[in-house]
Amino acid sequence: MRWNSRFRRIEEVVANELRPLARQMRNMNEKIKKASRHVSQKEGLIFEKSSPGKRAFELPPLDVPVADASKVLGAHHRGDGVEGFPEVSEIEVIRHFTRLSTWNHAIDLGMYPLGSCTMKYNPRVNEFVARLEGIATEHPYQPTDLSQGCLKIQWLLEKCLLEITGMDAITLQPAAGAQGELTGLLLIRAYLQKQGNPRKKVLIPDSAHGTNPATAVIAGYEVENIKSGANGQIDVAGLRRLMNEDVAALMITNPSTLGIYEQHLPEIAQILHAKGALVYMDGANMNALAGITRPGDVGVDVMHLNLHKTFSTPHGGGGPGAGPVAMKKILEPFRPVPILVEKENGRLALEPVRRESIGRVKAFSSNFGVLVRALAYILAYGPGVRQATEDAVLNANYIRKHLEGVYELPYSLPSMHEVVFSDAIQKKDGVNTMDIAKRLIDYGFHPYTTAFPLIVPGALMIEPTESESREECDLFIDAMKSIAEEAATQPELVKTAPHTTRVGRLDEVSAARKPVLRWKPAAPRSTAAD
Amino acid sequence: MRYLPKSPVERREMLAAIGAKSIDELFASIPEKYRLRGALKIPGPYSEAEVIQYFKERAAENAAGYTRFLGAGVYNHLRSVVTDTIIQRGEFLTSYTPYQAEISQGTLQAIFEFQTLMCQLTGQDVANASMYDGSTATTEAVLMAERLTGRQRVLIARSVHPEYREVLKTYARNSGLRIEEIPFSTSGTVDTKALQGALKDDVAAVVAQSPNFFGAIESYAPLAEAAHAEGALFVVAIAEGVSLGLLRPPVEADIVAMEAQSFGLPPSYGGPFAGVIAAREKCVRQMPGRLAGQTTDSEGHRGFVLTLATREQHIRREKATSNICTNQALCALAATVHLTLLGKEGLREMAEQNLSKAQFALAELLKIPGVRRAFDAPFFNEFTVELPRSVKIVNSHLLREKIVGPLALGTAYPELTKKALVCVTEMTPRAEIERFAGAVKSALEQPV
Repeated sequence: MRWNSRFRRIEEVVANELRPLARQMRNMNEKIKKASRHVSQKEGLIFEKSSPGKRAFELPPLDVPVADASKVLGAHHRGDGVEGFPEVSEIEVIRHFTRLSTWNHAIDLGMYPLGSCTMKYNPRVNEFVARLEGIATEHPYQPTDLSQGCLKIQWLLEKCLLEITGMDAITLQPAAGAQGELTGLLLIRAYLQKQGNPRKKVLIPDSAHGTNPATAVIAGYEVENIKSGANGQIDVAGLRRLMNEDVAALMITNPSTLGIYEQHLPEIAQILHAKGALVYMDGANMNALAGITRPGDVGVDVMHLNLHKTFSTPHGGGGPGAGPVAMKKILEPFRPVPILVEKENGRLALEPVRRESIGRVKAFSSNFGVLVRALAYILAYGPGVRQATEDAVLNANYIRKHLEGVYELPYSLPSMHEVVFSDAIQKKDGVNTMDIAKRLIDYGFHPYTTAFPLIVPGALMIEPTESESREECDLFIDAMKSIAEEAATQPELVKTAPHTTRVGRLDEVSAARKPVLRWKPAAPRSTAAD
Repeated sequence: MRYLPKSPVERREMLAAIGAKSIDELFASIPEKYRLRGALKIPGPYSEAEVIQYFKERAAENAAGYTRFLGAGVYNHLRSVVTDTIIQRGEFLTSYTPYQAEISQGTLQAIFEFQTLMCQLTGQDVANASMYDGSTATTEAVLMAERLTGRQRVLIARSVHPEYREVLKTYARNSGLRIEEIPFSTSGTVDTKALQGALKDDVAAVVAQSPNFFGAIESYAPLAEAAHAEGALFVVAIAEGVSLGLLRPPVEADIVAMEAQSFGLPPSYGGPFAGVIAAREKCVRQMPGRLAGQTTDSEGHRGFVLTLATREQHIRREKATSNICTNQALCALAATVHLTLLGKEGLREMAEQNLSKAQFALAELLKIPGVRRAFDAPFFNEFTVELPRSVKIVNSHLLREKIVGPLALGTAYPELTKKALVCVTEMTPRAEIERFAGAVKSALEQPV
C-alpha cells in the first residue's frame, strides 16, 4: 500500500540513521557545550548565563531630581535589587527564547489535532490590530466618552455572538471558559434564588470536561454525574427519572465530547424546564455549530463560548482566552457588572451598578485584547463562518472514514467536528493511546487528546479543525495507519516513542514526588571539599 | 476565504471519499427544523485591509493623544520591542498548554523561569503560572487559605483594590466564606487596632495590598504577627509589580497574589493580564493553577513537565483546588521576557524612576493652594491628594487640555470625596507633570 511503503522508508532512515545520530549528537553536546540547531540543541536556564554588570535594557535618563529611596521608603527599602535576577545582554535574551521556541510544536508548524481544543489557524492580522496605538494603549478607567472605540468593539462583538448563538443577552467579562461556566451557574443560582430556592444539585454527564464539576462546586452546588446512554448521548429516560426539584441545572456539552450532536436537546430542555431547572451549555465545541444551528433555538438557557477555540484567538501555550456567556432574557438582570449599554444619544456607556447583578467575576472590563482578536476573526469571515464550520466537520469525517477499522470506533453515531476512537485493537499488542500519541510526534504531528473523554477507555480524540488542507489530513491518516501497523509488528518501537525529540519521555513520577519548581543557585563549594 | 486551505474540487472529492452526496448530509443529525436557513446577520467578509481599517477607526475614537495620570491597578510602563518579537513567534503564540512535554519544552522551560522570577521578586518559595489577573489571584489565594486552615472567616483591608474585593465577594457568596472589611487609618494603611479587634481563632486569612489602592505602602510585620498569633494566614496582594524593584518583598506573607501587568503587558483597556500566586513550600499542594517542575528523561537529560496535576480539574474534577484550565500563559511569557531584559539593574532603575517622578509630581501639586496630601504613609508611584473642590469637576477641566486626570476615589469610597489618586510612571515626562499641575491649578481657580 502507498502509505505503508512511504513510511517504511522513513522508518528505516529513522531507525538506522537518524536515531543513532541524534543520540550521538546529544552525547557530543555533553562534551562541547555549544548550541546547535533545534532538537539536538543545548540551552540552559537564563539564570545560568547571568553575569553581574551585563544588561539588556536601558532607560532614558531621568528628567526629574533623583529621589533618595532609602530616605523616602525607610524600612521598606530593598537596596540591592532583586536577588538572583538575571543579568544578561539583549542578544542573549533573543537567542535564549528563540532557542526555547524551537522545542515547541505549534499550529504554525503543522496539524495540532487536539480534540476539544480547536487548534485552528490564528490569523496574524488579529495580532496586529490588538497592538494598535489607541487599542493596546487604553486605560480601563479613562472616561467612557474617550473610550467609545473600545466600547464599540465590544458592542459589535456582543451583537455578532448573539446572532451566532441565538441568545438574548451576553456578558464579555469572563476571562476563560471555566470562568464563563462559573458565571453561567451563578446566573442560574441568582435566578432560582429570586424565586425562593437556589436548589442543591447540578447534573453533569460523565463525558463532560473536568471544569464542569469543578465549577459547580465553586457555585455552591453538589455534582450529580449522569451516565451516558449506550450510544454516547444523554440517556433521556434516565434523566427523566433523575429529575426532581433539587436540580438547579444540567450542564451539557453539545456536540458532546464524543463529537456527537445531542439530538434530543429540545426534549432534554423540556424535562429540565418542566421542573423549573435550566440548561447550561458548555460551548467548547461550538466550532461544529457556528452558522449551522443555534443553541438558543433548541432550548439552551445559558452558555459560554471559548473565544480561544471557536474564534481563533491564540492559545499562547495555555492562555489567555476569553469566555463570554450568552443567555436568555430571564437571566439578563443578573449579569456581572459593569454592563455595556447604549444611551439615547447613541453613545455607549458602562453601568457600574445593577441591583440584581451577581457582581464582578474579574477586575476591569474583560480580557479586552482577546475580544479584539475574536472580532477581527469574525469580520474576516462574516456570514462565511458557516464555511469554516462545514470544513471542520468535513475534515473530521474524512479522517474518521479513513481510520475506521484501523482503530476501533466505540460510538458509531455521526461525527461532527471531532472523532473519538479507542486503542482497543492496539491494546492487544500492549500499545495504548498514549504510546500512539507519542509515536505521532515522530511523524511530525502533535498528539491528539489522549484518554478523554473518560467514558471511552483508551480514547484517541481527534479534532482537525477547518485549518487543515486535504494534503495535511492525508499525511495524518497515513501516519496513523503506519503507527497501527507498527503497533502490530514492532510494538516496542511505539511504546518507547518519541525517538526524534530533544528529550525522551520524562520522569513525571519523580517530578511530582520531589517537586523542583524553581531554579536555585548552586550552593557555593566549601574550601574543605576543594 | 483566505484562511481556508481547500478548493471547491477538493471539498467535493473529500465528500465523495466519505460517501456523502452533499455537505448537508454531514449535519443530518441536527434536526432539519433547527438548521439555519439564511445567512448569519453579521458584517463581513472583510479583507485584511478592511479589518485593519475598521480597528484603526475605532482606535481613533479613544484617548490617543491624551496624557493619563491613571494607575489604580493598570500601569503604563516602558516595554521593549524584544518582548513582542518573542511572544509573536508562532512556536509560542500558536502552541497549546504543554501537556505533551516532549514537544513543549520551550513553553515548559519558560514557565519554570517565570516561576523562578516570581519567587525571587516576592521572596516566596513557589509560584504558579498563572491566574487570570490580580483580582482572581487574590480570590484564589483566599480560597487556598480556607482549605489550608479549615476556617471560613476572612478579613480583607478596605485599602485593597475595590474590584479585587468585589471579585472575592462574588466567589465567596456561595462558598460559606464570610468576608469582613478592615478600615484604614489616617495614614492610609491598615488600621491595625481594628484588625486586632476583629481577629479571632476562626479567621482563615488576613488580606492586605501593598502599595495599597491609595498608593500607601503597608508594613508587613505587624499585620503578619497579628494574623499568625490567631493561626490565620497572611495574604499579600500586589497590583504594581514594579514596586518590588525597590521595596522589600513580603517575606512575612504565607501567600502572595500578584498582578503581573506591569511586566511588559500593555493596559489594553483592562486585559489580558496575568495573575500569579506565590507561597510557602508547605502550601504547594493546595495551590490552584499550573506548575512546571524539573525532571529528567530516560537518558538523564534535564527536562520540564507540568506537575502536581492531581490538584487540577482535569484529574480531580469536583475535588480540584480550582476550576481554572485556560490561564494567561502568553502574558506570563511576556512578563518572563520583559523581566529577563530588565534584569536586576533595569528593574531597580525603573522602580527608582517611578519613585522619583511620583515625588516630583507630589511636590508640584503641593505648590497649588488648597491641595494637600491625604495620607502620610510612604508611597511608590501613586499617591492620594485632597483637592479643595470636586475631583470630577477638576478632571472635566483637564480633559480640555488633553489630560485624563487622576481617579476620583469618592466613587468607590464615599468617605473620600475630593480625594484623587494620582499615578505617574517612568513614561510620564517632566513637562507633562508640570503641564498637569498647571492645569489643576487653573481648574481650581475657575469660578464655581
